[in-house]
Amino acid sequence: MKLIIAYIQPHKLNDVKAELTKEEVAKMSVTNSLGAGAQKGYTESYRGVKFDVNLLKKVRLEIAVNQEFVDKTVDAIIRGARTGEIGDGKIFVLPLEDCIRIRTGQRGGDAIG
Amino acid sequence: MRQKKYLLTAVLVLLMAGTALAETPETADTVQINLNVVWTLVAAILVFFMQAGFAMVEAGFTRAKNAINILMKNLMDFSVGSLAFFLVGFGLMFGQTNGLFGTTLFGMSGVEPGTDWNWTFLIFQTVFAATAATIVSGAMAERTKFVGYLAYSFFITLLIYPIFGSWAWGGLLDGGGWLENMGFLDFAGSTVVHSVGGWLALAGALVLGPRLGKYDKDGKPRAILGHNIPIAALGVFILWFGWFGFNPGSTTEGDGMIGYIAVTTNLAAAAGAVMAMATAWALLKKPDASMALNGALAGLVAITAPCDGVSPMAAILIGAVGGVLVVLSVLFFDHIVKIDDPVGAISVHGVCGAWGTISAGLFNMEYGLFYGGGFAQLGVQLVGVLAAFAWAFGLGLVMFMLISKTIGLRVSAEEELKGLDIGEHGMEAYGGFQIFSTT
Repeated sequence: MKLIIAYIQPHKLNDVKAELTKEEVAKMSVTNSLGAGAQKGYTESYRGVKFDVNLLKKVRLEIAVNQEFVDKTVDAIIRGARTGEIGDGKIFVLPLEDCIRIRTGQRGGDAIG
Repeated sequence: MRQKKYLLTAVLVLLMAGTALAETPETADTVQINLNVVWTLVAAILVFFMQAGFAMVEAGFTRAKNAINILMKNLMDFSVGSLAFFLVGFGLMFGQTNGLFGTTLFGMSGVEPGTDWNWTFLIFQTVFAATAATIVSGAMAERTKFVGYLAYSFFITLLIYPIFGSWAWGGLLDGGGWLENMGFLDFAGSTVVHSVGGWLALAGALVLGPRLGKYDKDGKPRAILGHNIPIAALGVFILWFGWFGFNPGSTTEGDGMIGYIAVTTNLAAAAGAVMAMATAWALLKKPDASMALNGALAGLVAITAPCDGVSPMAAILIGAVGGVLVVLSVLFFDHIVKIDDPVGAISVHGVCGAWGTISAGLFNMEYGLFYGGGFAQLGVQLVGVLAAFAWAFGLGLVMFMLISKTIGLRVSAEEELKGLDIGEHGMEAYGGFQIFSTT
């Protein structure tokens, strides 16, 4: 079992979800996040005072999958989120100890699917 | 049968109405007097709504964690101010004068409840007094102790505003004053209302010091973003709307002048917004919305003194200069004098109020310098501007220092960081929302 965490551009979320649906990956958590990366920041100004914005708005996806879904999920996220520009995002794949479905008490691979 | 009875009653009612009319003939004069009452009261209601405008502008231009505090300040300066002005302020401003201030009409003593003009005039002047009072809250936003602000609200409508007002406007009722005797022109209060409020705001912001984090260790200003620019924009539109009562209402007469003054007022506001936008665009590379919004208000404040006596072209010019001036003034106070005024109240009301008052000495079609009136009127206007500064700023400094030394004027650093909504009022403006902010 793996936990896939991806940071993507907010406006690519719908494309990523569409690609994931094609691979029959439907369960995910999505949160708004702020981040700094290779994209660097930009300058805003308010009432004549300039300031740097280096924490940019991103969307964070968390998807727990069984081993056979890891590559399919990662590829789907890349297909949906990639534009080739700096700022497309990053994907992290982490080992996952266990997974418990609260309603039934199922554990492990059964609980993920 | 029944129908006949109704008919009879109707005829009787008509006959009675006819005799009533015959006893008090409706002359053109009484119609005009009633029209004046109605127009002045409608204008007072429009000016009252400006309180909502101020509340929205100030809440929008400051941070979410201080929104309740700024709304409470706006609610309470109107409420405390209405009471203080009724009981004492109105008498000081418009009662029979001893030369420096009025000494009658306290609590409207001697005025019979009913149709007396003084009641309409009182409510009209109350909303003006409260406008002067509420100007200050924005400049002192996000760091002022609430009880200290309540004390200030009481004193401005009790003493500071009415005594200056009696010098310029006392003669509108039973009083009189040295400024109006000199021929000082301030039709609707660029100086009496706006500059007095603006210079008090300057004193308050100076005694308070800047918000934590406003200046870095080298003294360079940092941006502290307003949390709701749409609300601030709504506030400016409300103020612009209310100004159609503020200036045209100051005729206190329902005649053709109200339309003319509405035109000069609107032209100046429009020119102010356009020129503030252009100035910000040229200097800051972008048409900053908050500056353009301040620009509309700058035009309105500037045209308030000269609105009845200038040509439409002059009104455009007066508003345009106000629009340029307000942007330069905001940058000047922010970057050079380093007085932290989150909403630009000092620049909009103090500086542009002074400009508007001076502009009456230049553009007034009867007395103005550019219309062959010479320097006499301009000199009188300058005396009024300087008197307002000395009175409001001087007294403001003394008052705010006294408040600071006694009940306290500024919240603790810890409370300022957490926000005044929690610290002063124990509640949040946006319950259930997560406020995402890095300042």
